[in-house]
Amino acid sequence: MEKSMTNKYYNTNNRIHPLKFALWIGMASITMMFGAFTSAYVVRQAAGNWLEFPLPNIFFVSTAVLLISSILLHTSFRSFKSQKENLYKFFLVGSFVLGVLFIVLQYEGWVRLFEIGVDLKGNPAGSFLYVITGIHALHVIGGIVALIIAMINAFSLKFKITDKRIINFELTLHYWHFVDLLWVYLLIFLYLSR
Amino acid sequence: MSLVKTFDEEVLIEEQGFDDHFHEHHHEDKYKSSFIFKYIFSLDHKIIARQFLFTGIFWALIGAAMSVIFRLQLGFPDESVAWLKPFLGRWIMINEETGMGTLDPQFYYALVTMHGTIIVFFVLTAGLSGTFSNLLIPLQIGARDMASPLLNMLSYWFFFLAGVVMFFSLFLSTGPFSGGWVAYPPLSALPQASSGSGAGMTLWLVSLTFFVVSVLLGGINYITTVLNLRTKGMSLWKMPLTIWSFFITAIIGLLSFPVLVSGFFLLMSDRSLGTSFYLSDIFINGQALDYVGGSPILYQHLFWFLGHPEVYIIILPAMGIVSEVLSVHARKPIFGYKAMVYSIASIAFLSFIVWAHHMFMSGVNPFISNFFVVFTLIIAVPSAVKVFNWITTLWGGSIRLNSPMLFAIGFVSLFISGGLTGIFLGNSALDIQLHDTYFVVAHFHIVMGVAAFFGMFAGIYHWFPKMFGRFMNETLGRIHFWITLIGAYMIFWPMHYLGMAGVPRRYYRFDSFDAFGQFTTMNEFITIAAIIVFFAQVLFVVNFIWSINHGKEQTTKNPWLATTLEWTTPIKAGHGNWEGNIPTVHRWAYDYGKDGEDYIPQYIPLTEKEKAEIDNH
Ligand code: HEM
Ligand SMILES: [Cu+2]
Repeated sequence: MEKSMTNKYYNTNNRIHPLKFALWIGMASITMMFGAFTSAYVVRQAAGNWLEFPLPNIFFVSTAVLLISSILLHTSFRSFKSQKENLYKFFLVGSFVLGVLFIVLQYEGWVRLFEIGVDLKGNPAGSFLYVITGIHALHVIGGIVALIIAMINAFSLKFKITDKRIINFELTLHYWHFVDLLWVYLLIFLYLSR
Repeated sequence: MSLVKTFDEEVLIEEQGFDDHFHEHHHEDKYKSSFIFKYIFSLDHKIIARQFLFTGIFWALIGAAMSVIFRLQLGFPDESVAWLKPFLGRWIMINEETGMGTLDPQFYYALVTMHGTIIVFFVLTAGLSGTFSNLLIPLQIGARDMASPLLNMLSYWFFFLAGVVMFFSLFLSTGPFSGGWVAYPPLSALPQASSGSGAGMTLWLVSLTFFVVSVLLGGINYITTVLNLRTKGMSLWKMPLTIWSFFITAIIGLLSFPVLVSGFFLLMSDRSLGTSFYLSDIFINGQALDYVGGSPILYQHLFWFLGHPEVYIIILPAMGIVSEVLSVHARKPIFGYKAMVYSIASIAFLSFIVWAHHMFMSGVNPFISNFFVVFTLIIAVPSAVKVFNWITTLWGGSIRLNSPMLFAIGFVSLFISGGLTGIFLGNSALDIQLHDTYFVVAHFHIVMGVAAFFGMFAGIYHWFPKMFGRFMNETLGRIHFWITLIGAYMIFWPMHYLGMAGVPRRYYRFDSFDAFGQFTTMNEFITIAAIIVFFAQVLFVVNFIWSINHGKEQTTKNPWLATTLEWTTPIKAGHGNWEGNIPTVHRWAYDYGKDGEDYIPQYIPLTEKEKAEIDNH
């Protein structure tokens, strides 16, 4: 129903699908939210009394995992458009698995942090790290839900390329790339401003 | 013969309009299904607009009633309020011997806090933007609905949910949150800080988080719709100023509300996970708490980074409505259309770099304050441009002095009065005396509170026929206007004197301060004015509800003889707005009094002469 409205209400000014555009605006506001976290981090850090500790190496592994997941999803999308049904399903599942693995690795990272004495409570340096990475992880989980829906569609519907499925896939893809890039930004930020 | 009459509107739109194959899809029937989907979970932007309006009015009444109660306390602290016992229950303390009823101080703070939260967020943000952006964006740009009607519906229901949670918090045994609408820590961060800081604050946070979701869903939709669904010929520079202001308001909201959410997340984590983002070295009953290393100033930064843009989120839609109403009822083009757009845009931009003017007295480095002083005072420039243009629009117009127009003119008056006091406050040196006094209360109520309400009233009286096919009663409208305008000045003007003398805001009573004893009469005066103004608003609500079914019926499509597209739809337009084609736009929205014509609607093609003029430029 949703989709039919927008399709029917297409006017002359559409250069980009309204839903895709809406998603981008949504991503802009999520970016503002993390912008606020990182600026709060900088402000608080400048005030002194700041605990210094190394980032667990596992965060770099998880970064690689998330990047690869993104690439896989992209490949899946390409395969979908060029009618390669099996490759499309394979890569879709692949990117989902790596997405879940990312969350597991993040959790491992938190465990390591805790082991070296960085607590959620106590010095704000630690609190910030947990809150920022935690809320990012929530956004990734949102993406994983979208991937699950995509998989349900992939395996339950008959393989057919329609405008509607392309746009839905694209929405998922863009969001997935977005949380990926967001993580890369956060990692670089956290790495440089310890 | 006049140009408007030469063209038959129906024929013109059929011939020249944009055919989007609306009818071939037969989807109308689907939406006309049941009552529930037509009026409750509606996807039609016009119904959603009305839902926002009704909910906004509901909250406005509650918020206003609260202010009357705390004004009674401030004006007549020694009078008994035992008669309020049936409504407020245990919040009225009755003295056994004398029978004298007094307002519980704790509840006084809760009332002030809830009044602020409700009016700022539920009424002037959701009630104003939600109503008019939803109603006017599709109608004025020539779209059948919003880009995503589903998100639009969800936006309303998140707002509704936020309201339910907040409403529920009013009835907690410990009372709703009572630490001020800005919710500064530590009052907001420590559940043990005051009785409202426990469950009341938790619900406050939950409610406002739902509220932000609502604003974001709405905003995403408004922006997407304006950029993507404009009808043929409706270039950005042909859009009415209403649309420009709703559009830019939505952008501000999308950039600033997420920052508030970040602040809230950190606050929630301080409250429930034991972190110390905002807390340090706190003693309660002589016991040191183990929070160290946080800073409440951090919260203030995050809050005001939203908070200042928020005041423009409130005022810009009102400004857009006022520009439109002034132009229509003065029968003149708006003066300096592009300057208006540029000043909206520059106000929006500047609103992001002035937030620390709320924190001059919070221990911010005075050197840094200087930057904020400069940026703050620069905002006065685009604001003055707008005021100048409104007055020039009125100048020499053939003015129809009806209710919408009166309220629009009243808006201009209030915006000037309140803007001037902003310039006092914007100087960090003067702010040492004025901060947290009634001067600030006077400033923001005039410039934001009352002015935005005036913009909203102008919009309601003006577009009431569009919403309900009837007019509101004009006599009652004028009575409403005069009492409200004069009354609002009687309430808030004296507060400037209180503030200059240093009377602090948010105090329960002043009789233990010798210095403020002289103001007793002034406070009584303010309270009486507030009560009168409150009843004028009740009159408005009565007029509003009565007119929905009994007002003078609208007989022509375009009763105000306006140029914009919303007046080309049928009087009772269904979902999809236009029955046939969507009108095509040929000209801007302000062709009033051009070439001897009273008005030329946007869908009328350019004449040969006009084309020649454009070519020459
Ligand atoms: C020329 C333009 C303006 C200037 C220079 C200005 C300046 C200021 C300053 C410096 C304060 C802080 C005072 C203090 O707490 O000590 C203030 C408070 C406030 N202003 Fe303005 N203002 C202007 C226009 C506006 C407008 C247009 C609005 C709303 C539409 C507005 C809404 C508010 C509100 C809501 C507060 C008080 C918030 C609170 O503490 O609860 N101001 N203004
Ligand atoms: Cu401000």
